[in-house]
Amino acid sequence: MNFKRKLLSAALLALTAGAANAQISGNVVKIGVLNDQSGTYADLAGPGSTLAAKMAVEDFKAQNKGFTTPIEVIAADHQNKPDVGSQIARKWFDSDGVDVIVDLPTSSVALAVNQIAKEKGKAAIISTGASSDLTGKACTPNTVHWTYDTWQLANGTGSAIVKTGGDSWFFLTADYAFGHALERDTEAVVLKSGGKVLGKVRHPFPSADFSSFLLQAQASKAKIIGLANAGADTTNAIKQAAEFGIVKGGQNLAGLLVFLTDVHALGLEKAQGLIFTESFYWDLNDQTRAWSKRYGAQHGGKMPSMGQAGVYAGVLHYLKAVAAAKTDDGTKVVAKMKELPTDDPLFGKGSIRADGRKIHNSYLFEVKKPSESKGPWDYYKLRATVPADQAFRPMAEGGCPLVAAK
Amino acid sequence: MTEIFGKPLPVIMGQMLIGLINGSFYALLSLGLAVIFGLLNIINFTHGAQYMMGAFAAYFLLNKLGVNYWWALLLAPLAVGATGVIIERLMLSKLYKLDHLYGLLLTFGLALIFQGAFRHQFGSAGLPYSIPESLSGGQNLGFMFLPNYRAWVIVASLTVCLGTWFVIERTKLGAYLRAATENPSMVQAFGVNVPRMITLTYGFGVALAALAGVMAAPIYQVNPLMGADTIIVVFAVVVIGGMGSIMGAVVTGFGLGIIEGLTKVFYPEASNTVIFVIMAIVLMIRPQGLFGSR
Repeated sequence: MNFKRKLLSAALLALTAGAANAQISGNVVKIGVLNDQSGTYADLAGPGSTLAAKMAVEDFKAQNKGFTTPIEVIAADHQNKPDVGSQIARKWFDSDGVDVIVDLPTSSVALAVNQIAKEKGKAAIISTGASSDLTGKACTPNTVHWTYDTWQLANGTGSAIVKTGGDSWFFLTADYAFGHALERDTEAVVLKSGGKVLGKVRHPFPSADFSSFLLQAQASKAKIIGLANAGADTTNAIKQAAEFGIVKGGQNLAGLLVFLTDVHALGLEKAQGLIFTESFYWDLNDQTRAWSKRYGAQHGGKMPSMGQAGVYAGVLHYLKAVAAAKTDDGTKVVAKMKELPTDDPLFGKGSIRADGRKIHNSYLFEVKKPSESKGPWDYYKLRATVPADQAFRPMAEGGCPLVAAK
Repeated sequence: MTEIFGKPLPVIMGQMLIGLINGSFYALLSLGLAVIFGLLNIINFTHGAQYMMGAFAAYFLLNKLGVNYWWALLLAPLAVGATGVIIERLMLSKLYKLDHLYGLLLTFGLALIFQGAFRHQFGSAGLPYSIPESLSGGQNLGFMFLPNYRAWVIVASLTVCLGTWFVIERTKLGAYLRAATENPSMVQAFGVNVPRMITLTYGFGVALAALAGVMAAPIYQVNPLMGADTIIVVFAVVVIGGMGSIMGAVVTGFGLGIIEGLTKVFYPEASNTVIFVIMAIVLMIRPQGLFGSR
């Protein structure tokens, strides 16, 4: 079925290829989804992101009948390893004619591919990757950081928790670029809001057993245990914290990066009451609901994570920029993406700053009690909306060389 | 407060206890591997996948059939052990005359197939499995809060390990088994059905892995990759203990759990390499392993 559809579209593409624009390399816009297709982050990114990219292509084609150049989506598994990710990115750019790489969870991989895209004059649209360095000291003219970043999460969740009395913290941090960035950004917010940090422990990534780290957190007597990790690491830590009676003992957990798929894996019984920041939730408004239903219908009923939503919106905007710039040259298209205002059903109207940061609203969510949930995937209630102009780090503070040069 | 190397004593005792809990899983898993290697000479790389299948079996029993944890402890190992029997009959039995490497390759391939199939079907974020009602809660030991479930894991694992050791080293059945590995044709000549015994032994080793999986389900997410992560450590444990030595597997399993726990206090970043460092040292000084004889 899938193969037949591919065959059909390939035949259609061959028919229309004659009219293709001379500025498009290889007469095809090739989008590479590079993420964790099988491991810790496969549910929050993975094949769901590939589907989101394909949906963006479909929708773009339906809205722009005049754009006849074929568009292709391919995907690969970087296994959360920077060396594997770099190898694939180089091969894609050098010999497979890929024009843009999207998604890129696992900050260490995102940072590596970020540099390669710059080196090769291609484009990178990062959705699930988190480190705020991507639009800070590591920013490039070839990267757009779409969905969220560690500064946004730290600021949204960290300040909300300190304000409600959680003023002493202990960090449980995944020991690689992402965890370090998230811990650093959150610590800064906690200190700035008048709280203090009593200690931290860095755990190997990925970890299955958190008991000894949780025990150290418990011994610190900190009011808040900040989980600077993601995916299965976060769900395991939360599950085991419950077992060790940490929440019953008066300490609270702060999930600094929690995805919808994590809440689904934990179940409401264990996840209830968690507070965290996200940029997207399927049940925000009519448009997000309509899109998510379409997505779910093709993905076994699962609702999209914010990372997957970001892949859709990022690819859609990228294609608009390709059509407007009449080229798929990475540097030029990214410049065009920053020039055009963004508008999509999932994140609404927004813009992309000179440092590559996509700007939109940020939301503080709380996980519902099992009794409050009306059905499958009805998990969040909205606590606060951080307006777009306050959600992200001010450009001047990031230290992005692109901006300083101006 | 008493301190050792600048760390408070209660923290160290807490970590040692946690090490003992992790050691329980290492011991149970390496025990199964040691039994299989000792009697079949097969390096069973499918062990991690079979551990994972045990956890999934428990999940299905609870969520599809409403069978509780205690029955799952019995039924899941039986079910997964039965698949082990089928694998042994259909595939492994054809390889005994060949080099070890073939058994290793076959079981490794099977592990990849099982893990891939489960991942395809259930994703990789994992499925939730709750701690049974009667074992929830915990005891405050003064220096740490010990969840009842974890205490149960230590007791159950020790019982199973010692029971297995007793059966193989001290009973008549165990004597047959050991004799069959030394000289199968001689034992066959005495009227013992050696192939059937070997089949059942493999099934038993696999059932041990599945049992560990059921016990792990409430602690970790039931996850298609849970075995892939653990099995590498367990192989290191078996190598350190001495391939095929049952006592070695059990003692090293618990011992390394404790060492790993202590590493988490003093230098957490090294906690997932320390076992391999020890393995390298042991292999240099005593290549047959601490308890190995060949």
